[in-house]
Amino acid sequence: MIPANRIVGKQVQFMITCLCDTFYDHVAQASVELLEQVGCLVDVPDGQTCCGQPAFNAGDWESARKVIRHTLRTFTGDQPIIIPSGSCAHMVFHGYQLVFENGTDAEKEAARTLAGRTWEICDFLVNGLGIQTWHGRFDGKISLHRSCHTRGSNTYSAALQLLRSIDGVEILEFDESEQCCGFGGTFSVAYPNTSAAMGTLKIDKLTAVKPDLIGAVDMACMLHLSGLAEKQKRPFRKMHVVEILLQALRNAPTNPPVIHS
Amino acid sequence: MKTSQPIDAFGRDLSQEVKESVYSSSKAKYDKRIGALNAGYIAPDSLRKLAGQIKQHTLENLPSYLESAIGKLEANGAKVHYAKDGEEANATILGIMNAAGATKLIKSKSMVSEEIHLNAFLENNGCESVESDLGEFIVQLDHDMPSHIVTPIVHKNRQQIATTFEKMGLGDYNDDPTTITRRARTYLRKKYLEAEVGLTGANFVSAESGRIVLVTNEGNARFSICANRIHIVLVGIEKLVPRDKDLALFLNLLARSATGQQLTVYTQFINGPKAPDQIDGPGEMHVVFLDNGRSEILAGEFQSILRCIRCGACLNVCPVYRQTSGHAYRAVYPGPVGAVLSPLLAGKRYPEFADLPKASSLCGACNEVCPVDIPLPELLLRHRNKSKLEHIQKASAGTPPLGGWAVLCSTPSMWKSTLTLGKVMDYVPMKLVPVPAVQAWTQTRTLPPFRGGKFRGWYKEHRKHDSGNNQ
Ligand code: SF4
Repeated sequence: MIPANRIVGKQVQFMITCLCDTFYDHVAQASVELLEQVGCLVDVPDGQTCCGQPAFNAGDWESARKVIRHTLRTFTGDQPIIIPSGSCAHMVFHGYQLVFENGTDAEKEAARTLAGRTWEICDFLVNGLGIQTWHGRFDGKISLHRSCHTRGSNTYSAALQLLRSIDGVEILEFDESEQCCGFGGTFSVAYPNTSAAMGTLKIDKLTAVKPDLIGAVDMACMLHLSGLAEKQKRPFRKMHVVEILLQALRNAPTNPPVIHS
Repeated sequence: MKTSQPIDAFGRDLSQEVKESVYSSSKAKYDKRIGALNAGYIAPDSLRKLAGQIKQHTLENLPSYLESAIGKLEANGAKVHYAKDGEEANATILGIMNAAGATKLIKSKSMVSEEIHLNAFLENNGCESVESDLGEFIVQLDHDMPSHIVTPIVHKNRQQIATTFEKMGLGDYNDDPTTITRRARTYLRKKYLEAEVGLTGANFVSAESGRIVLVTNEGNARFSICANRIHIVLVGIEKLVPRDKDLALFLNLLARSATGQQLTVYTQFINGPKAPDQIDGPGEMHVVFLDNGRSEILAGEFQSILRCIRCGACLNVCPVYRQTSGHAYRAVYPGPVGAVLSPLLAGKRYPEFADLPKASSLCGACNEVCPVDIPLPELLLRHRNKSKLEHIQKASAGTPPLGGWAVLCSTPSMWKSTLTLGKVMDYVPMKLVPVPAVQAWTQTRTLPPFRGGKFRGWYKEHRKHDSGNNQ
């Protein structure tokens, strides 16, 4: 599903993702700063909007295709595309190919090419750039939520590897780590009872081990989990993995060096 | 909370007790499964992939494998029947019983027989059909429906079972599990001896040898075909594996995936009816291959669902199943496999079941545990697309329309201005927004502060600063 020989390089394009564009600008900003710290030149194509996943998951593939065609037109060139979301990356790897199953050869080719350039950011750091350990310090016990759409990808293991290599970080083991946060896009509003029950259970499990913060590789899961937790008056501290990595560099006793692979 | 999706409503209204027992039994089976796979194998995941490939290969060559199996079965002395649908299968089975002057049948667990409502059909035609699997027996006494394909009574507790036993004259109220089992056993022993016909399903059929493979934990399949004259096997046409030696892989995966056992307690390999030099066993054996929509599935985009070996692992891991229980799915096959299969098996009644594929957050846990690596989330998505194209209301209920959103997302100028305008959203009391999707969200969750366009602004400054530095 994920193409074998994806394009690597330090001149990269950044996909903001609609959620970071709307709610989580600090995650997008941290991602760009992080990429620069590891020596990348980051371009953010201005015309980008959303990857198209909401419509795809809702079953409205016609609308999804419309948005995907736009994305294919926006991310031109042959640079790697870096995404701070396992879910949007999954969409490119999987959904993009599926909606053009009966499409033209050109569409299929474009979808395949885009997948061959696409990286979730943690996967890119470890498996694209070959960074094996991280520099700096971060003090905290972390429950790292395993976002579902990273199944079958290297994202979760990459994130764990980097976090574990940071001085001061403790990764907590918690029960039912394979279970979903209950978001599922439009599922969250079409199945409001089931979705909220799933999320509540997830928060129980994530917080049972008393973490200092909950980490994630996808802000969609965070949108749901923190939204629920706030409503239930039990908010928690949350960080995207890129924020933790960046913070670790900033906490380093020496000035953060540019990390070369 | 108000909901327009029946499965969501079912879960909401489910008693805490049932919810608890479904959840804890699912979780226990999931944990045991992982333990058994990791204890037995270094790379269980590659076994799943291999099993998936073997099954896929079998499906792609099904006609020739079927032909081979039929040839072998006939050579072994079995009579083979083909039933295009449930009606034909039921009629065939009744025909076999009538021809033999038989009216009493004992059954081991068979999901296919549930699919064609065999028990009700036989009873309406003056025959007795008794379930011999303990769970199915209890379901039958209660006129209930199984809620899980491997463990049919996860939704019941022993108090309920004891009450049923008392009502049915199987003894005074006693909810001790051992007593319950002993009573069922005493009752069923008599039935095994009385029955003229034993009906089983088949977990696998080897195309190479025609061997019928049956697995149980109670030994009831073996008992069902001990004391009677006729053995009828009712099996879906997709249950083939190419060779006998493939069974090593499938039997190991099935038991581990279903119940976390290394192997089920009993595994039967049945070649054909009693040979002249054998002392006992049914002298007559019939194999009824059931199509019931499978050929059509085989030819279409949902083909890979026919790889399924009915292990139930996708149910056990599914968070939606765990919250709502098997009965929420209103069909013989619940959970992720059911959400894919049930609408297809419904044929013309597809629209009635078009909501089932929506009962998923598409988390992919089902695919991750499936011993034959069925891409269940992809198949759910294909259903959603199909329902949308066919304008099926049941599927779309509760899902906000996304046409306008698609226009917004393919028009960057509109997108950007919406981002900056969106700020006003922070000042709008969400309770008053008359959009159902917004209400459904905000009843149980808050929305984070709106930050539209902030990143883009930062990035512009950042770039300016950067290029300044470079000069
Ligand atoms: S779909 Fe896969 S996991 Fe589910 S019952 Fe069938 S074989 Fe088991």
